[in-house]
This record gives sequence, structure tokens and C-alpha cells, in this order.
Amino acid sequence: MNTIKANKVLFKNGETINIRNGERLQVDVVVLDGKIDRVGHIEEKNFAGKVLDVKDHLIVPGLMDMHVHFREPGREDEETIETGCAAAMAGGITAVCTMPNTDPPCDTQEIVRFIKKRAEAELVDVFPIACITKKREGKEISEIADLVRAGAVALSDDGNTVIDNAVMRRALEYASMYEVPVIDHCEDPALSAGGQINEGIMSTRLGLLGNPDISEAIIIARDLALAEFTGGHIHIAHLSTAKGVELVRRGKEMGIKVTCEVTPHHLALTETALSSFDTNLKMAPPLRTAMDVEALLIGLRDGTVDAIASDHAPHAIEEKDVEFDAAPFGILGLETMLGIILTRVVRTEALRLHEALYKMTMAPREVLRMPLPQIKKGEPANLTIFNPESQWKVDKKMLKSRSRNMPYDGWKLHGRVFAVCNKGLIHHVD
Amino acid sequence: MPLQSRHLLGLEGVSAEEITLILETAASFKEILRRPIPKVPTLRHQTIVNLFFEPSTRTRISFELAEKRLSADSISFATATSSVTKGETLKDTVRNIEAMKIDMVVVRHQASGVPVFLTQCIDAAIINAGDGMHEHPTQGLLDMMTMREKFGRLKGLKVAIVGDIAHSRVAGSNMHGLKTMGAEVMVCGPKTLIPRNIQELGVEVSCSVDDAIAWADVLNVLRIQLERQQAGLFPSVREYHAEFGINKARLQRAKKEITIMHPGPINRGIELESDLADADCSLILEQVTNGVAVRMAVLYLLSGNEEGMAEG
Repeated sequence: MNTIKANKVLFKNGETINIRNGERLQVDVVVLDGKIDRVGHIEEKNFAGKVLDVKDHLIVPGLMDMHVHFREPGREDEETIETGCAAAMAGGITAVCTMPNTDPPCDTQEIVRFIKKRAEAELVDVFPIACITKKREGKEISEIADLVRAGAVALSDDGNTVIDNAVMRRALEYASMYEVPVIDHCEDPALSAGGQINEGIMSTRLGLLGNPDISEAIIIARDLALAEFTGGHIHIAHLSTAKGVELVRRGKEMGIKVTCEVTPHHLALTETALSSFDTNLKMAPPLRTAMDVEALLIGLRDGTVDAIASDHAPHAIEEKDVEFDAAPFGILGLETMLGIILTRVVRTEALRLHEALYKMTMAPREVLRMPLPQIKKGEPANLTIFNPESQWKVDKKMLKSRSRNMPYDGWKLHGRVFAVCNKGLIHHVD
Repeated sequence: MPLQSRHLLGLEGVSAEEITLILETAASFKEILRRPIPKVPTLRHQTIVNLFFEPSTRTRISFELAEKRLSADSISFATATSSVTKGETLKDTVRNIEAMKIDMVVVRHQASGVPVFLTQCIDAAIINAGDGMHEHPTQGLLDMMTMREKFGRLKGLKVAIVGDIAHSRVAGSNMHGLKTMGAEVMVCGPKTLIPRNIQELGVEVSCSVDDAIAWADVLNVLRIQLERQQAGLFPSVREYHAEFGINKARLQRAKKEITIMHPGPINRGIELESDLADADCSLILEQVTNGVAVRMAVLYLLSGNEEGMAEG
């Protein structure tokens, strides 16, 4: 891969796809000084810049992943903003939202600014999510106005559910003044206490403490009640259960401001994969049952589930290479999100291609009230270019992330990424 | 290799033929144990390490004895630490031990899945001596050996496992092994200590000890951990004893002969009335005797020793 200035580049023989209706169009795209200069049929011989042949490739608005963990500041051995952005680019993603569970947590203007500063020169847009409560302790709401003004795009105590209903109420009320969503990791800590995997036949067979689906559902129900009461916008992170899908569906029907996301791993894997105690399959919320996966897919189709997000969670090798109980929760996801979705969701016909792309481009930006990058003359060039048919094999050793905790090693995925373009830069395969 | 796997990680997935082979081999070893010199040179060239990360008296001594009776070189290592509390990871600990050239590792650990994890860390054969709430396969085997001796069969035998099913590795191995051998299994205990979906394993569920007694040929009574009460899973030891304790009065009401087993150590007067533990219907000490024979059989069958059982 190679990063160049997007000064004068012609993407020749590509195809755009309308993410609303799936309409495809053969086009050539010229990027000039970071902006889209021309879209249409462009003769190569009349073009004086760099030409990249993208035959059989789709040119789509840059993908956005609204749920990632870059470990800077605090655990730079696991991921930095730089390596996280490299992983994003490899995965065809030009915008990410970073969760605030860094060390120190992102609960002050200084940390928000630090993250933005560190990402300034990157091709990838890094949008910090700040803490709902100071130190993610669930006690006092953070200085939300300050955080939003510094650049925070949403609030979350990710990993920690805000348990105190009054605190959550105030957070939703206060955040609604600044029009930022409150993102909740929905898990009742008492019901999930000690839970290693989904409570079900696998937790019984493996002798691991179970985390029941009602732990998620109860908090979602609570959040819906609070969002309805306050008029605030609640966004449910990494929805994993059929019960949760049904609650969000009803919430939307009632007109509650609720949105939600689902991860690729909760769509591609179920708890049955756990029989070998692989800690690379340990995450929160846990892998659920085939019935839950089916409900999530239906939710994606009928619009209950808004966005797809990776919950990219790097962990050091030595922390995952331990007995199951002792391993931390979370797996990598940035570099495989597009591939998993194309392979396990689109090719299985659970979603059509343009619908899946909608969930990874438009939908997260709608949740965060951001405009969708347009592929037309005069717009900033924010693009993902990939071949939806070509296969590639996931190789742990080749990951751009600094960590290796992922269960997909050796998987064959569709949709090799050729290039991403954003902020005046193009990163492409040589 | 007489067994399909070179490890014994659990009884789930172990075939009826393999279990029968282990039990029959154990019966032969039990004969050897009755000899004036109860020792054979079978594993003379094998080095075995017993890694006990969780306190154990019975199981550790049973394995050590089995190893000595088979003339293996064995050492035991007991510690209460884990990767969380100790600077060294579990993986490093076992790889260091393996570097001293060992053939088999017997492991007990408080975390489920550790024996499986060790198969990915080292080349030695791994024998699970109890992992967390997962399995305790040699206990399951010795329980089946004891039942088989008494009833001459396992097929069709009705076994009720009574107590803390949710947190018991003994229940896990008993359920898998007994179902494979064609026995009927019931689990019995307070609802808070029975996994919600346990029927999917093909077992009956009852919350009435009296119903279990009326149904069963054998009661396998589990030890109740006092920490479960502290975790709020049942209201008090007193109530547990009153509702789920096995006592003579209950057995007399049932007016039938029933066999009592217990993996030990017993909380006398809590899950099992003291008199009953020592009664004629109790096979508890027989279980302990059979434990050594079963472990000899497992060690022998996993050693890859092609010679006869009594050969060098």
C-alpha cells in the first residue's frame, strides 16, 4: 500500500453504486487537489496526472465505523491513533469514532483535542466520542458542552453502562441541548456479573459463567423509557440479542429517538464457535445464538438496526493468550468489517449490496448528524474503492493493527480494498 | 492409539467404546491393586507432572498413587496462583515445565477450559483433573465404574445428580458420560443452581428431592459450596438442608433401596446426613478406591504404551 497526495489522479473504469436504490454506473473519476474534479467518461490520453485502473471496482462514499477503540492515550502497545488509522485504511474505512475508554478516559477537552491533534495528518477522520460521566464512573455527568465544542461527536461510557437512572436521565437531557447522541453499552452489571459468554447451552457445556440476553434487553428497555421521557437521542451500541432488536423496533414505532448498531462478529458468528475456548471469540456483548443472528439480520433489513460498526478492540497478545476467564473482552474488526459483511451478509442474500453499504456509509453519519460524502464535482474526495467480487485471505501476520486478537485468521473474504481517499490523500494498493 | 484423542479433556464427545475400554482396563488394574505388591512397571519410562492450581487432596493423591503404581516418574506442583495473580502467565509456567522433558501433564485449575488451552501451549498429553465448572472426567469415569460394579450395567440405570448442577464439573462429566453409556440422568436441585437450558443435554430436571429419590436407582449427591449461599443463590444452609439434603427419613418414605454416591469432600449434615454417608447403601469409599484404578487406566491408555498393562 502506498499513500500519495490526491493532487491529480484519474480512477479509470470504475463503477458507482447508488446506496439508496442500488443503481450502478460505469464512470471514471478525477480527483484534483483533494476534490472531485470530474465524474464521467474521461479519456486517459487527455489526462496529465496519475492514472489508476479500477476496472471491476466500486467507487463509494468513504466508509465510516462509528465504534472503535484506539488505545491512545494509555495503551499505545495495543493500538495508537496512527496504527488504528492504518487498520481503518486497510479496511476501506475513511472515518472512525473512537470510544473514550482510554487511560485517562476522554472526559475533558484536553483529551478530545489531543486525539484530534494526533489524527490531524491522517487520511482517516477521527471523531472522538467523549465520556457521559466523569472518569466513566457513572456518577456525575461530564462537561458535555465543553466536550462537544472541542469536537466530541457523541457521548458514551462504553464498557460501563450508566446504571444510575437519574444520571442517565440528566445525561440525555443535557446532551439533547447539544444535539449529540448518548451511546449506551447495554449490560446490567448484576445480571452479567462474571459472565464470560452468552448464557445458554454453550455456557452450560463449557462450564463458563453465562451472560443472559435479558441483561442487554433490560437496559435497552430502561434507555428507551428515559429517551422517551427526556426527548434525548439514545444510540444502542453493538446490539446483540433478538430481544433487543424487538425493543428497539417498538421504540422506533413509538417515535422514540433511538438508533442502534450491530457488529460484523455478531452477524457472522454464534456461541457455538466457542467450543475450543478461543479467547479471540470473547467479547462483550458475547456471541449469541443463531436465533439472535437471524433477528439482527431482519432488523438490518427492516431498518430497526441503523448502522454496522466494528467495535474494533485491540488487546495485547499476552493478555489474550491466557485461560478464558482471565482474558479481556474484545476483538479486532476494522480490517475485516467490509469483507465479513460482503461475504457473510451480502453474499448470503441477507442484505443487498447497496443496503449493506448504506449501513456503513450513510447510516452512521445520519446517527451522528453528519453529511454523507458525495461523489460529484466540487465535493471533497472521500472515497472507498474496492472490488466486491475479488477474494482475499485474512492473514493475522499482515494486519495493520498493532494487535492480533481476531478470530478470522485464514478466512476467505470478498471485497478486496483497492484504495481510500480523504483529506487530500489517496492510499492505494501498488 | 487405543483412544481417539491423546488427551483426556472431558467426557463430552468420548464414545461408549472408549469409555468401556477405560472402565474395563480400570477393572484389570483394580485386580493388580489387590496384589501383595500392587505395582507394575508399565509407565517406567514416563514422566508425569501433576499441576494443581487449585487445592485438592483426594484427586491429587489419587493421581499420585496411580502414577506410582504404574512406576512412572512423577512430581506434583501445587499453587493457588493464576495468570491474574502471578507475574508469569500460565502458558509460560507450563512451557517451562515441559522444557524439562515431560510426557504427560495432569492439570487442575479453577478456570474452565485450561486443559484445552494447555493442548495449544505444549506437546505433552493433557489429563484434566478438574477445570472450573467444566468437566472432571476421571471423576465421571470412577463414578461410572462404581455404578457398573454394583449394577453390572450402565444402560437404563437411573441416576439422579443432586445439588449445585450449575457450578459442578462433576455434574458435567457425569451427565456426558452416563448419557453416552445409555443411562438415564436426572438433575435435581434448587432452580437457582440448575442451568435454564440443561434439558438440551438430554437430562430430566426436578426441583424435588423426593421425586428424584422415587425415580432413581442411584443418587449422586454433590458438595454444596458455601460461597454459593454468599452469592445469593440460595437463602441459607439451613433451608438448603431442609429442602435438598438427603437423609434417612426421606429414603424411608420412598420405601426403596437406593445407592448413594458423593464425589467428596462431604459437608456432613448439609447435603448428606452423616449416618447415610457411612451406611451400607453408600458407595462413597468404593468410589475413592476405584479412583486410583480409573486413573491408572487413563494414564496407561494415553501413554501410548503398546506393551501389556503389566509390562515395562
